[in-house]
Amino acid sequence: MPADSKLASVSSVLCARQQIGHSPGVATVEITKHLWEFLPSLRGKTLTVEAATVADVVREVERIAPGFTYYICDERGCLRTHVNIFVGQERILDRTRLSDPVDADSRVLIMQALSGG
Amino acid sequence: MRVLVGTRKGTFIVEKSQGAWRPRLAGHAGVGVNFVIKDPHSSTLWAALGHGHWGAKLSKSTDGGATWVDASQIKYPKGARYLAPPDPDPNASEEDMEKGPTLRDATLLKLWMIAFGAPGQVHVGTIPGGLFSSNDGGDSFELNLGLWNHESRGGDLFAGPGNGHTHWFGTPASDGEFAAGIHSIVVDPRRPERWLVAVSTAGVLETLDAGKTWHSRNRGMLNDYLPDPTAEWGHDPHFVTLCPAQPDHVWQQNHSGVFYSDDGAHTWQKVSQPERGVHFGFPVAVDEQDGKTAWLVPGKADMQRMTIDGKLFVARTRDGGQTWEDLRQGLPQDNAYDVVYRHALSNSGSCVAFGSTTGNLYLSENAGDDWFPVANNLPPIYSVRFG
Repeated sequence: MPADSKLASVSSVLCARQQIGHSPGVATVEITKHLWEFLPSLRGKTLTVEAATVADVVREVERIAPGFTYYICDERGCLRTHVNIFVGQERILDRTRLSDPVDADSRVLIMQALSGG
Repeated sequence: MRVLVGTRKGTFIVEKSQGAWRPRLAGHAGVGVNFVIKDPHSSTLWAALGHGHWGAKLSKSTDGGATWVDASQIKYPKGARYLAPPDPDPNASEEDMEKGPTLRDATLLKLWMIAFGAPGQVHVGTIPGGLFSSNDGGDSFELNLGLWNHESRGGDLFAGPGNGHTHWFGTPASDGEFAAGIHSIVVDPRRPERWLVAVSTAGVLETLDAGKTWHSRNRGMLNDYLPDPTAEWGHDPHFVTLCPAQPDHVWQQNHSGVFYSDDGAHTWQKVSQPERGVHFGFPVAVDEQDGKTAWLVPGKADMQRMTIDGKLFVARTRDGGQTWEDLRQGLPQDNAYDVVYRHALSNSGSCVAFGSTTGNLYLSENAGDDWFPVANNLPPIYSVRFG
């Protein structure tokens, strides 16, 4: 698939997921135990944050655990290659701006993508 | 005295106790540690981490390695870009293919090397091609713009497309994108404003004004993989270091052989002796007092990055590379295929140590005359530093 078509396809799915005027809801956030070692303030916690998008979720977790964002994103704000975020059962599509919507009562999972070695 | 060892699976510290050198895992279990070193002024230990999932992170310990914390992190500033060849794309049009190098936003791929200058000054070499420096003991780092915007890289790419041409090529050590990297940083102890850096792949650069302006230092270099072996740029230094007591004596293990300079890297002389197995390799160490004494751990060739005939040896010169000795006493001479990376050979006084990608750590207490194993089953070793 040509790159432009691929982008258009992702964009249309994102639009389908997004709701016009999407308002913040309270999402439950579960973060991989792997990060507890580096960010002790996350240890054993299931977080609830008010968020309309995944970017909001990340911003809220950063407030609780400073440094969190640079673990899962690079300095441009893009999700690192070997990190995945799911909203409910769906893996997010926008790894650049994290614009995928988060609904009230969403369950957001932030975890490492499997890689070996 | 201790030896700090960075490995693919954590930081190890080796200490001499009751006459024996004993290694122990000292932190970062399960994490790739590209480099570990002690700041000679503050005694803080610094580690350059490469998490498999979480990116490159600086870590430090102020209690001798008992505990480690995240340090101030290194990030490329917004607008930092570099020129790279376009990715191969079978669907690219003729027009696309004629566009030449593309501008890429820089994001930290690897922390590769850490060095120190005057008290409070910490330098970190990165991929892609960044030199980050701190003047506050590592509380904050800034990208060195004199080097980042150097004409050999295309000029000021913050402002626009620059001159559109880069002489900086990539390194396979870049863990992903094929980008250039800075793996060697040395500060002249006599003149703290004189620094040398080595770039894979571009060559050696020197600043005499603490990083404001940079100059090529590749005269006399010979490469064996470009149309012009004497080209100013395109050289592949594997490691560069200088003698602390005689800083004009500079050594370079290069992809294309061993090079030595006794005039501060203004001119290089090839001192390889391939017939003696002294040519290809990654690390080089120079004596702290005598600039003509250096050690290498040679490999066979770039096409066979392994020991010569399964025999591990260290090469030593005491006369600036005119003659070389094979030091084999205590090292395996049968079925040994150790490869020693660029940061994995170090010396302090009469002690010399090196570690290999097969997890062997060897040490000599008499300048390399005799060797003994400190450990044989460590993870692949990336760096060895006394401290």
